[in-house]
Amino acid sequence: MIEHVLQTLPQVIIDGLALGAVYAIVALGYTMVYGILELINFAHGEIFMTGAFVGTALLLSFSAFGWLSSMPMLLALLLVLVATSIVTGLLGMGIERIAYRPLRNAPKLITLITAIGISFLLQDFVRFITELKKGNYILTGPSLFTGQVNISASSIWSGFHDASVKSSFFIVLVTAVVMMMTLDFFVNKTKWGMAMRAVAQDRETAALMSVNVNKVIALTFFIGSALGGATGVLFAIQYGTIDPYIGFILGLKAFTAAVLGGIGNIRGAMFGGIVLGLLEMFAAANLPIVSDGILGAEYKDVFAFSILIIVLIFKPEGLFGKVSVEKV
Amino acid sequence: MKKKKTLSIFTSAALAIGLLAGCSAEKTSETTKNGGDSGGGTVIKIATQSPLSGGAATLGESIKLGAQLALEEQKEKFEKLGFKLELVPYDDQADPKKGVANAQLIGADQQVLGVVGHLNSGVAIPSSEIYEKYSIPMVSPANTATDVTDRGLKTVNRICARDDFQGPAGAKFAVEKLGAKKIFIIQDKTAYGTGLAEAFKKGAEEAGAEIVGFEGITIGEKDFNGVLNQVLAKKPDLVYFGGMYTEGGMLIKQARDKGINVPFMGGDGMDSSTLVEIAGDAVKNTFITSAAGIATATEAGKQFAEKYKQKFGKNIESYSAYGYDAMGVLLNAIEEAIKANGNKLPSREQVAEAVRNVQDYEGVVTKVSFDEKGDNKYAKIYIYKFEEATYPARLEDEVSK
Amino acid sequence: MKKWLNVFEQNKRIQATLIGAYIATTFISLYLAQKSVVAFLLLLSSLLFLYFTSFSNRVKWGIGILVLSVLLPLAASQGEAYQSYMEVATLVGIYIAMALGLNIVVGLAGLLDLGFVAFFAIGAYTYGIFATAQANNFMPFGKYPLSGESFWIFLIVGCVVAAIFGVLLGIPVLRVKGDYLAIVTLGFGEIIRIIFNNLDKPVNITNGAMGLASVQPPKLFGIEFMYPSQFYYVVLVILLLTIFIVRRLEYSKIGRAWKAVRENEIAAQAMGIPLVRTKLMAFAVGASFSGMMGVVFAAKQTFVDPTSFTLLESITILVMVILGGMGSVPGVILGAALVTILNLQVLTELTNWLNQLSLSGVVHIPDALSPAKMQRFIFGLILIVFALYRPQGLLPAKNPRFDEKELKSGVTNVADGKEGAKGVYFNG
Repeated sequence: MIEHVLQTLPQVIIDGLALGAVYAIVALGYTMVYGILELINFAHGEIFMTGAFVGTALLLSFSAFGWLSSMPMLLALLLVLVATSIVTGLLGMGIERIAYRPLRNAPKLITLITAIGISFLLQDFVRFITELKKGNYILTGPSLFTGQVNISASSIWSGFHDASVKSSFFIVLVTAVVMMMTLDFFVNKTKWGMAMRAVAQDRETAALMSVNVNKVIALTFFIGSALGGATGVLFAIQYGTIDPYIGFILGLKAFTAAVLGGIGNIRGAMFGGIVLGLLEMFAAANLPIVSDGILGAEYKDVFAFSILIIVLIFKPEGLFGKVSVEKV
Repeated sequence: MKKKKTLSIFTSAALAIGLLAGCSAEKTSETTKNGGDSGGGTVIKIATQSPLSGGAATLGESIKLGAQLALEEQKEKFEKLGFKLELVPYDDQADPKKGVANAQLIGADQQVLGVVGHLNSGVAIPSSEIYEKYSIPMVSPANTATDVTDRGLKTVNRICARDDFQGPAGAKFAVEKLGAKKIFIIQDKTAYGTGLAEAFKKGAEEAGAEIVGFEGITIGEKDFNGVLNQVLAKKPDLVYFGGMYTEGGMLIKQARDKGINVPFMGGDGMDSSTLVEIAGDAVKNTFITSAAGIATATEAGKQFAEKYKQKFGKNIESYSAYGYDAMGVLLNAIEEAIKANGNKLPSREQVAEAVRNVQDYEGVVTKVSFDEKGDNKYAKIYIYKFEEATYPARLEDEVSK
Repeated sequence: MKKWLNVFEQNKRIQATLIGAYIATTFISLYLAQKSVVAFLLLLSSLLFLYFTSFSNRVKWGIGILVLSVLLPLAASQGEAYQSYMEVATLVGIYIAMALGLNIVVGLAGLLDLGFVAFFAIGAYTYGIFATAQANNFMPFGKYPLSGESFWIFLIVGCVVAAIFGVLLGIPVLRVKGDYLAIVTLGFGEIIRIIFNNLDKPVNITNGAMGLASVQPPKLFGIEFMYPSQFYYVVLVILLLTIFIVRRLEYSKIGRAWKAVRENEIAAQAMGIPLVRTKLMAFAVGASFSGMMGVVFAAKQTFVDPTSFTLLESITILVMVILGGMGSVPGVILGAALVTILNLQVLTELTNWLNQLSLSGVVHIPDALSPAKMQRFIFGLILIVFALYRPQGLLPAKNPRFDEKELKSGVTNVADGKEGAKGVYFNG
């Protein structure tokens, strides 16, 4: 039994990392907005989805014009990533302006309603555009980075089986790490980052210290949504096919990851995403083996959520969350 | 106090509106009556119920569009008989609650003489209980679950095959023709996928194959590497997937990426051009069992596909033709009922009876005769193989009852 | 104008005439024009106007019950649309009860719950399993399906089982607060759904994704409950009971404890409120209403499968609560009614109408934008507009205000004081 688990372990870890990286960056969007506004931006999953569609549409038109073959693949990818981030970033700012800002002083949960409304609107809007252009709404992008790389894990230890990886996996992982590091640098080392942290700590005091709160919040939404959109592109490249309803489940998982890491904490979100991806992949691959066929792979979400609940019981602020001392 | 004031304004305004609406409502109901008479004879409405929004909307819509095409083609014929056909599409959102609520609305509208639907068996089963109460005949283009007709309702019919016919037929082919000894089964944990996969499993075990795994995936997700790692470890000769083409396509693609090159097999839910689009070249060496001869295989089918493309600007899906034929069967029965009733509007019971009595109706994908439970006697299973990344695939085998 | 309004406000007689006239008009229009959904909705909304009148509570309740139990069914029963109206009304009732349950957890006790539909599922499965042959698979004794008479017992059983699960969920989440709590409850809801979806192995308990078909209809004195018009009364009785209990609880000791916990946990604890018991009570009471309605739902649908209990459903119920006004019983009722009617009747009718227009060629709509598919879009739009213009909820909760002088004037005026306070309460 243990042998089986160990044999597939290298492959499981690699697949888990790919999924976890996607979770991690989407989780960043949740965590940033939460940190600054204490608001669960339920529409974030849809921003991710819109990014995936915009990116795929761009890639498709690139290949239609023949640009894909005439320029290095990585350059094309970079162009698409940047363009998509700008589009979804602006979209995020627009959503904040229309749906969240007027409600900033309203009860906390009311924004949940506008967020759900925005989700429905975005889903249907994307569906509409795609369907108008294409006939149905399932979109398959051009296959990029399809080369296979074999990792001979058996040379490390003979109990392992070899693992194979699509080269897009490295693209996803590298881009994700670069994005996370840039963000970490931005938040911790720059002036705007300091303003963001200040607003997150105390909005009113920050305003008194001549921080333009509205601008900072808009910027936060821009960055969070831009990251979300860029992740959408990475997702589309890694998995190939997208539809307007991918945002819901993925957004849910990413939100879970953000909470696992301690919501509001950027490094926590990254860690939470990776952990969740690994856990899920491990459970899907090994649950039936470990439980002797009683629990199938479909219990992977139960497994992931149970771990989450257990972690939260012993560490109610998440893995990296700060213990906030509550005063009366 | 201030609020109270606005509220009382609100009250009185609403009262005024109420008065007006009372009148206008009566007016509208009158106009619909008049409209019904003036527009070329008595109105006969046919409802469709399928998910038009949400994740399964492509399929749901293809049913609606297929039915719409059939209805519009026969419009003139019915106008000559003195009836005006109208289509009322309902969106059941793949939600049983919504389906039942819609069914009540359909039942309440006396002009509705039949229903084409649903896509999901989970919606069809509770909704058909309502149709039965109002004696509205339902012709299902897509519900393969055994419980749909096994409850013995008089109004429920289907033109597609049952799970416990399709699954074993596929299993027999897999074991005998493809020589599969070890089979790994994956299903999507929906009523459709589970039903089909269970039936396949039973058939395969009877035929002497070993089932090395029976796993589920979550519908709507895109990453199936976890389950595929299990497949990799078990090294089966064949992987069977009970589910729809979106998940099926992703599964095949990711499996081939992982170097799983054994044949894949699936049911009629995978029978779609989108499967090829999603999986690309990976679709090679995939087999599907389908209750329909692929529509474009016959002359009538090709014509249908062209008309469909011309009218709606999109390619046919697996269920478009079923929707078309379901509507065809229904209209055929209504016509019979009208004739039997002396060219007068038949009652719902008469139509329901006429539907059940349909014999040897030639549709574009399937011939239809209903047995006493409402299952189609002519439901055949066709087995196709994808050798190239093109749709439709090549016909391999035919299995009839 | 102002003067006129003032008179209107003061004068109960005018109000009585107006509301009477309103009910009569809408009653007659529904009676005569059976297909008019507008008339049906207007008659229903008479309850809303009734709420704003300044009659005493007893009169309001009396008229309300009269409208719901006699006038509405009577007016609707004249045509074929009867059952479909009653279907909508029944579902509205089910959702109101659930929203009221959630209101206790979220609105009163301030515990954000994103997995509320799990309790609904538990109730539905409790009846579904035993009222079909399913229970034969794992129960060593007894013969199943149980007859329809057992439905009435199962109302209580479903209630209790859901409450037990409410406590079970409550225990681990006691330490978790705010949004962490939200995600834990969300996880719980998903876990329950996934388990129901997979519990066909190793022992077949829930029949997995295939669902439970042919659930026995309830039976009372030999009458089988088959039609929505019959379920309507079952739901109505349960609903009235629920509203009664919720209002009682809200102003009882436990209700005040919930509110205190919501406002500030530490302060509440310092005041001697047992935190654990109070929170668990909220979960248990909230869950029990939901479980009870789950039983009714299973019996009404005659089919139970896991697709009815998704996360989206939990969120929809939460939307009802927030939209109506958290913590406010009338608000939550309005919110639940509005969302359900909008989704089941208004949007369906509207899209049908648009569809007729486009089919008959009055307006040309591209197929991708076909009105039949637009329900979610319109729903989303309406949600945003509502939230932006009524951020406090449609009927926000009001805290009772006490007149200090009146209270201080002491023992002699106790009767008056009580009466006054009560008046304020129930207007709130």
